[in-house]
Amino acid sequence: MRYLPLTPEDRREMLGAIGVDDIDALFVDVPRSAVLDGPVDLPGFAGELEVERELGALAGRNVAAGSVPFFCGAGAYRHHVPASVDHIIQRSEFLTSYTPYQPEIAQGTLQVLFEFQTQVAALTGMEVANASLYDGSTAAAEAVMMASRVTRRGKAVMSGGLHPHYVQSVENLAHASGVATVRLDPAIDAEDAVIAAIDGDTACVVVQTPNVFGTATDVSKIAAAAQAAGALMIVVTTEAVSFGMLKSPGEMGADIAVAEGQSIGNALNFGGPYVGLFACREKLVRQAPGRLCGETVDADGQRGFVLTLSTREQHIRRDKATSNICTNSGLCALAFSIHMSLLGEVGLRRLAALNHQQAMKTKIALASVAGVEVLTPRFFNEFAVRLPRPAAEVVEALAARGVIAGVPYSRLNPGAGLEDVLLVCATETVTDGDIETFKTELAEVLA
Amino acid sequence: MSMNNVGRPTAPQSTTASGGFSSLTGGRGLLQDEVLIFERGGWNKTGVDLPEATIQADDLGDLIRTAPIGLPGLSEPETMRHYVRLSQKNHAIDLALYPLGSCTMKHNPRLNEKLARLSGFADIHPLQPQSTVPGALELMDRLAHWLKTLTGMPAVALTPKAGAHGELCGILAIRAAHEARGDDARKVVLVPTSAHGTNPATAAFVGYSVREIAQTDDGRVDLADLEAKLGPDVAAIMVTNPNTCGLFERDIVEIARLTHAAGAYFYCDGANFNAIVGRVRPGDLGVDAMHINLHKTFSTPHGGGGPGAGPVVLSEALAPFAPTPWLVHGPDGLRLEEEAVGEAAQAFGRMSAFHGQMGMYVRAYAYMRSHGADGLKQVAEDAVLNANYIKARLSDVMSPAFPDGPCMHEALFDDEWLEGTGVTTLDFAKAMIDEGFHPMTMYFPLVVHGAMLIEPTETESKHELDRFITALRALAEAAKAGDADRFKGAPHLAPMRRLDETLAARKPRLRWRPEAPASLAAQ
Repeated sequence: MRYLPLTPEDRREMLGAIGVDDIDALFVDVPRSAVLDGPVDLPGFAGELEVERELGALAGRNVAAGSVPFFCGAGAYRHHVPASVDHIIQRSEFLTSYTPYQPEIAQGTLQVLFEFQTQVAALTGMEVANASLYDGSTAAAEAVMMASRVTRRGKAVMSGGLHPHYVQSVENLAHASGVATVRLDPAIDAEDAVIAAIDGDTACVVVQTPNVFGTATDVSKIAAAAQAAGALMIVVTTEAVSFGMLKSPGEMGADIAVAEGQSIGNALNFGGPYVGLFACREKLVRQAPGRLCGETVDADGQRGFVLTLSTREQHIRRDKATSNICTNSGLCALAFSIHMSLLGEVGLRRLAALNHQQAMKTKIALASVAGVEVLTPRFFNEFAVRLPRPAAEVVEALAARGVIAGVPYSRLNPGAGLEDVLLVCATETVTDGDIETFKTELAEVLA
Repeated sequence: MSMNNVGRPTAPQSTTASGGFSSLTGGRGLLQDEVLIFERGGWNKTGVDLPEATIQADDLGDLIRTAPIGLPGLSEPETMRHYVRLSQKNHAIDLALYPLGSCTMKHNPRLNEKLARLSGFADIHPLQPQSTVPGALELMDRLAHWLKTLTGMPAVALTPKAGAHGELCGILAIRAAHEARGDDARKVVLVPTSAHGTNPATAAFVGYSVREIAQTDDGRVDLADLEAKLGPDVAAIMVTNPNTCGLFERDIVEIARLTHAAGAYFYCDGANFNAIVGRVRPGDLGVDAMHINLHKTFSTPHGGGGPGAGPVVLSEALAPFAPTPWLVHGPDGLRLEEEAVGEAAQAFGRMSAFHGQMGMYVRAYAYMRSHGADGLKQVAEDAVLNANYIKARLSDVMSPAFPDGPCMHEALFDDEWLEGTGVTTLDFAKAMIDEGFHPMTMYFPLVVHGAMLIEPTETESKHELDRFITALRALAEAAKAGDADRFKGAPHLAPMRRLDETLAARKPRLRWRPEAPASLAAQ
C-alpha cells in the first residue's frame, strides 16, 4: 500500500507501546454485531498503472469540449486558462494546506484571499467581497437568505431571466427556511415585469445579467424600484468574463452581487468544483455568509491577514450563524485570482471583446441558416435562437456529427413550453472554422 | 522598519532566533517579503497574449463598462514569483504532520490530481448532451457503488458540495419525509453539546430549533437525556460517530432505536468516517443519512479551505426524497435524471446548479480504487493506531480528556496539565509552530476545557510520529519548567508573529484601497 507508511514491525512496536495485543483491542467500543468479519465486497488494492488504465478508459469515453466545435454556456463556460495557473495551484503549500485558521503559518493563503476579495469587489463594482462560496447558484441562495435577514421580510422575487437551476437552488433553501419566492415567467427581455412584482413584503429581487437567454440588461431602474420599496437588489452573473465589458452590478445599484467565477481560472469539470463570488455593500457585511479575510498587524506591528468577523460563522455562533457554510472554494478562488492577476484589466477587457466578437460572428452565421431565428436582442457571449424543430433533437443530431451545439432551454426548464429554444455560447476558444462547421452542419440537419 | 510604496510596514523584524541580526534591506534570507499585487503598479500590464477584437461592441450602447475597473496585471515571471513567494509562507501536509483534529489532513496522492485533469473529466460541460459523457456518468455510478457498499446504505445523493452542504441535504430529505407523511409537528433537531458547529447551524438555517443533548462523563451521548428529549416534536437527531471527542458512541445502536421509536430520523455526521471505513458500516448501526467528506476520508486536497465534496448516503426511508439530479440505469445505459417528475416527484429539490463536484469524485474514486477493500480497512486501523500511539506516548506529560479506554482516530487532551504554568492551550499550540508543526485543533470540542484535539491520520510514518511526540514532550516539559515566555511570545520562528485578530474584527479592512492610511500600526 503505497500511501500507508507503517510497516508490520512498526505496528507491532506501536501496539506494544500502547499496551494492547492487537488492533481489535482499539476497536472495543464498537458493538460486536457491527464489526465486519472481513473486507467489504469490493475489489482489492490497485497499483497506479491499473487505476490510471481504468480511469483513463472512462475519461476516453467522453467527448472533451476541446476536441470538437463547442458552443455550450448556460452557467459554465469554456475559456483558455494559462498553464501557469494550474502549475501554481498544484504547489504543495497551496494544494495541501487547510483553512488558514493559524494565520502565522498561512499568510500565503490569506494574502491570496485578500487579493481575491479585492479583485471580486472591483469586478462586481461592489464595496466588499467574501472569500468565496461553493458556486454561483448556492451564492444566489445565500444572498436571498441574507436579504431576508437584513430586511426582516419573507419574499424573494426572481426574474424570468434567472437561470432555472439557480431558481431551483434558491427555492430549495428559501422554502425550507420559510422564505416565499415569486418566480416570473421565462422572459428573454422583459425585466420590467420584475418591477411590477415588487411589493411591501419583498425582501429582494433577483435579476441575472446577462441572463440565461444571454440578454444583457441595465438593471438600474429595477434596483431603484426595489430600494424604494425597502427591498434589496441582488444581481446574478453566471459569466464572470462579462465584467470586462459590461457595466458592473455595483454601477447599476446592486446591494448584493453574486456570480459564478468558474470562467476565470477554472475548468468545466462537468459542473464542479466551481467558485461562487459574493460581494455586497460594506454596511451589510455583518450579515454576509462565508469566510472573510481582513487586514491586521502582528505582535511586531507588521501587516498581515487573518480570517475575520467570524462571529457570523457556524463554528462560533452555531445555531445563530448567518449560514451553515464552513468551507469556501479556496483552491478555485486561488485559480481565479492567479488568472485574474495574469489578465489584469487590459487582458480582461481584451478577452471580453474577443468573446463578444466570436459570439457576434456565430450569431450572424446561424441567422443565415433557413428557419433559425435569433431571439436575444443584445448579448455578451451567448444568445438564444428559435429552431424549427425541438432543440434537444437538433443538439443530439449535431452531436452525432461532431458538433456540440449548445444547451436546449427545455433541459433547464422542461415545463416552460420553449422546446424550440437553443442557448448558444461562443467564447474566445471558438474558432472561425468552428463557427463555419456549426453553420454548415446545422443547415444540413434542419434541411 | 521598511515601508512598501503605500507606506505600510513590510519588513519582518529581527527575532530572538536570529540573534538580533538585521539584513540591510529588511529581507530575511530566502523568505521573501511580498507586497499586494495592487501595490506593484501594473495597471496597464497583462501577462496573457490575446489579439485585439476586430468587431466593436457597438450594439451594447450604454451597457458598456467605461470606468476603470481597477485590476493590475502581472507578466508570467512576475506571477510565478508572486505566488511562489506567498506559498512559502504556508504550512502544508507535504511539509510536516498537520494534526488538526476533526479535519483529517492526510497525504493527497498526486495520481488523483493527474487523473482529475484528464480532458475527458476536466474539459466536459455539465450540460453537453448526456450521450457524449457516458464515461463521466459511469465514474459517478462507480463512486456511488463504492460509497454505498462501504456504508451499507442503499442510496447516495452525490451533489452536495461540502460537508455542511451534505448536512443540509440530509436534513432537507428528513424534512421532506416527515412532510410526505403529513407530519408537520416536528420542529426540533437534537444535537449533542460536542457537535460540530455546522450541525446546529444547518438545523437552524432551515428553520428547526436546536435542542442540546447532554454528554456523559466518558464523552458519549447521555442516553437518559436523549430519551427525555425525544418526542413527537423531534424531527431528527444529529450525531457524529466516532464523535468529536474521538470516541466511538458505544450506544449507537440504542441511540438509533430510541430515535426511530420516537418517529425521528438519525442523521450521522460522517466527518470521522475515516476511523471506521472498511471495518464498520453505518448502515448496520441504524443511520438514516450520513454525509461523507470526500476531502477527509477519501483524501481530496483541502486546497487552503476548499473545495470539498459531501455526498450523502440515505436509508430506504429517505432515498425517495434525494435531491435532483440522480443517476438511473435505463435501457440505453446510465442516464442523469435532472428533473423531479413522475415517480421522482418526492425529491426535495436541487442543491446547486449542476451535478456536484466531479473533480472531487474522480480523485476520491481513484483513492478508493488504489486502496481497495483491504487497503481501506488498513486506513482505518492505522489512523486509530497512530492516534492511540500519540495518546499513549503523551499521557504522562499531558492530560488526556478521556484516559480510560482507547480513542479512535484522534487523541483529545484537556488543559488540566497546564494549570499553574501560565501557559494556555493557545500559547502551547502557537509554540508548536516554532518546533515545525501545525497546531492541533484547539478549544474544540467545546465540552472539554482548553481542548487539544490531535489527529495524525494513517499517512504518518512512525518516524514522523516520533518526531512530533519528541517535540510535544519537550514543549510540555518547558511549560512545566516555567519557561512561559517561550509560549507567550510564540510563534517566534514563523513568517509572522501572533496576529491581532481583535483589531481585524474591530476595524474590518476587507480589501485593498488606494487611499489606505500609512500604517495600521499607528492606529
